[in-house]
Amino acid sequence: MKFLKFFLIVMILFPISSVNAEENDKRNKITKNLRCLICQGQSVYDSDSEFANSLKIVVDKKLQEGLSEDQIYEYFKTKYGEWILYDPGLNKNTYILWLLPILIFLIGGAIIYKTFIVKK
Amino acid sequence: MKNKILPFSVIIIFGIIFLIFYKGLEESKIYTPDVNTKKEIPAFNTKEFFSGENVKSSSIFELDKVYLLNIWSSWCVPCRQEHPLLMNLNLENKLNIIGMNYKDNLKNAENFLKELGNPYKEIFIDLDGTIAIEWGAYGVPESFLIYNNEIIKKYIGPLNQELLDEINLLIK
Repeated sequence: MKFLKFFLIVMILFPISSVNAEENDKRNKITKNLRCLICQGQSVYDSDSEFANSLKIVVDKKLQEGLSEDQIYEYFKTKYGEWILYDPGLNKNTYILWLLPILIFLIGGAIIYKTFIVKK
Repeated sequence: MKNKILPFSVIIIFGIIFLIFYKGLEESKIYTPDVNTKKEIPAFNTKEFFSGENVKSSSIFELDKVYLLNIWSSWCVPCRQEHPLLMNLNLENKLNIIGMNYKDNLKNAENFLKELGNPYKEIFIDLDGTIAIEWGAYGVPESFLIYNNEIIKKYIGPLNQELLDEINLLIK
């Protein structure tokens, strides 16, 4: 009987805690990608400022409303601009940031190819 | 000829990269948010400061009227500095000043108003700071000039006489 009770309690508690853990992970992931705008150099996740704490509550609320990660980023982007995201999307202001490493990689590769492989 | 193209292109590429970084040095690293973009005011439900009754944003802000939404708190020192200016602005009667009490202890906030006066036509409370986030605010004090349910301009930090003159010019 005791075992049954224990089993029932575990069955009831386990799915709830796993859902909570999943939501927590998601919340942490999102807040790590949001910049604390009044304490620059820190993410919302790391910061304990009034602004960051309120932002964490808003992220929780939006997750409960069923918004996806991208929708939450979009929401904050409309409120505070692209700067709030640590991982900015590809657009006309950020294309150099995205394309420069690829360009350097390709040019470097071409140089190596020319000097070492073609010469051989 | 082939041998000359390679060093030449390497120099050009490094030149471009140097220019980009050099230009970057001149730019300010301190982020200044866009304060001039016209945005619709957000819809929210909250409580009235004195009565504690539920209020909707649509019942606070009417069309065709100019409002100044001021985010304030009794624990915020710069709010104390700007408060006399808000009192003067209210006496001029050109716009309606609405207060958003931000993450405050209500008793302290009431004492603050008793001590320094109440320039606000209406005050609503934002206990956890989430309504301020809806407005795109950074903290206290912060003010928004509103007309026709649109944010015309946002003032981050305490208001001063210069900014009040600017507000007066904008609402003329």
